[in-house]
Amino acid sequence: MAQASLTRRTRPAGRRHPLATVALITVGLLATGGAYALFTTSATAETSAAAEAQVEDGQKLFAANCATCHGMNLEGTSQGPSLIGVGAASVDFQVGTGRMPLAATGPQAEKKPPQFNDEQVKALAAYVASLAPGPAIPDEKYLTGEGDVAEGAELFRINCAMCHNVAGAGGALTEGKFAPPLGGVDAAHVYEAMVTGPQNMPVFNDSNITPEQKAAIITYLKYLDETPSVGGFGLGNLGPVSEGLFIWIFGLGAIVGITIWLTAKSN
Amino acid sequence: MANDQETTGSAVEHHAPSAGIAVVTDDAVQNPGFPPYRPRVADLDPKKERQQERRVGGLFLLSIVGTVAAITSYIVFPIIPGDMLSVRLNNLFLGASIALALLTIGIGAVHWSKALMDGHDMVEQRHPTRGTDETRAKAVEVFTLGNKESGFTRRKLIRNSLIGALVVSPLPAVVLFRDLAPAADPVPLLKHTMWDKGVRLTKDPSGIPIKASDVTLGSAFHVIPEGLNESEHKLEEKAKAAVLLMRLNPEDLEVSPGRENWSYDGIVAYSKICTHVGCPVALYEQQTHHLLCPCHQSQFDIKKEAAVIFGPAKRPLPQLPITVDDEGYLVARSDFTEPVGPSFWEREL
Repeated sequence: MAQASLTRRTRPAGRRHPLATVALITVGLLATGGAYALFTTSATAETSAAAEAQVEDGQKLFAANCATCHGMNLEGTSQGPSLIGVGAASVDFQVGTGRMPLAATGPQAEKKPPQFNDEQVKALAAYVASLAPGPAIPDEKYLTGEGDVAEGAELFRINCAMCHNVAGAGGALTEGKFAPPLGGVDAAHVYEAMVTGPQNMPVFNDSNITPEQKAAIITYLKYLDETPSVGGFGLGNLGPVSEGLFIWIFGLGAIVGITIWLTAKSN
Repeated sequence: MANDQETTGSAVEHHAPSAGIAVVTDDAVQNPGFPPYRPRVADLDPKKERQQERRVGGLFLLSIVGTVAAITSYIVFPIIPGDMLSVRLNNLFLGASIALALLTIGIGAVHWSKALMDGHDMVEQRHPTRGTDETRAKAVEVFTLGNKESGFTRRKLIRNSLIGALVVSPLPAVVLFRDLAPAADPVPLLKHTMWDKGVRLTKDPSGIPIKASDVTLGSAFHVIPEGLNESEHKLEEKAKAAVLLMRLNPEDLEVSPGRENWSYDGIVAYSKICTHVGCPVALYEQQTHHLLCPCHQSQFDIKKEAAVIFGPAKRPLPQLPITVDDEGYLVARSDFTEPVGPSFWEREL
């Protein structure tokens, strides 16, 4: 700009040096490019600094809360497995659902109120993911519940229903282990469980069930959550066990009571 | 009772026990008769009687309330197409009101009879079932006349041919029902599935072939043979050929002689049909490597070639020998080497 006005001043009014336009454009481009470069470098520096800080936070949290069992460098100890390569998804699932840190040893880690807030969970996940590659926290677009409900239901019946029950009510496994009920479970946690196979759940990787199909399964689970049971009381949706117990105890009990009343003499 | 018997007859045959086989007791239990009548409050106190009357009437009036409520709830909670909650509310209130309307009629009637109607015990004798001698003689007469007119006992050709015709008439049913029995030996039917040398393992339900590299450690794939979706008898074939594919650490597998090349780098495939009664066994625990059958809790240890470790199943799940083809897809080496599913009489293994 300074150059341009200088050129203008040395020349008679109304006339421009033939190179004035070129100079102007050059200066303009330099200014814009320089400013852009300055802006972007500072932005990258900021994000990477933030990520580094997050990893650092995660490392501190890990050392204080997880390292006793999983080792200072995720290598695992006799008390807990190695976490090398489990990925951010696994940490977000295990810590985000409160399963980790483990309250007590038992057949399996149970869901409980999370011990860390969302920010701390993400920091732990970033730290574990920074040491070795693994499944990442799923993209938001698969968690919206806008997939194909019918396809999700079919995939759920084939891959999930044998353990989790066709209505997602959960079910028993061997020796005190169980498949937890899926009602009201956060979509991200459902996705992460499929990818990482926590505890005794098998892994359903992206070549087995594609991300779109996982989104469809999440859609089906949301549909189950939002659709009321038309048949009245669901009795836990456990099928013949709870329904049979109910009718044998209360149905037969009522019949016995009525029979006694019918045949008893009046006062 | 004894006097009635001579005139109207009785279904009860009275006979004297022959000496030596019956125990004659001279102190047989006497019929004690009814306990003395215990008057009810409604019998003694006219005020209480009116109270019981009002109670019965109240129950019947409640029934009217239930009927009105049923009609009202049908109008107040209509079924809105597409809204499943409205169906539930409609069913709930309609059912509860109709139940109230009908139950209170029944309860009222029973209470009426118990509290207000005559409370004395009484015996009502069963009607005799034996006909009078007159009707019995008439029946004999009809039969004799029929025989005489038709000549049933005299015309032996007709009688015997009729009996012959009746005897052979059920034969078509025998032939038809015979066809329901297994027409052929079930062993080859159950032994041969869609699996064969080179048949690719594909995902259920899409039929997309599976690469060995897709099956990561800890994975479980639900598998159908390639071409099942186009098969004519899809469900029958699937019921025999369904397979569960799992990947374990190769060093965890205990392989018996002759099965060394049945798995591929820790990837093993087992029939999903339980050897107990044929439920689909698919509850796979990837840490313990146990497979649980949800029907009767049979457990199979995948590390030990699906050996039964608990429950009523008698045999391990049949293993499908697998390998990879030159494109890296998992293929069967052969069919199952034994019949899949539960035991049956003709099974030799």
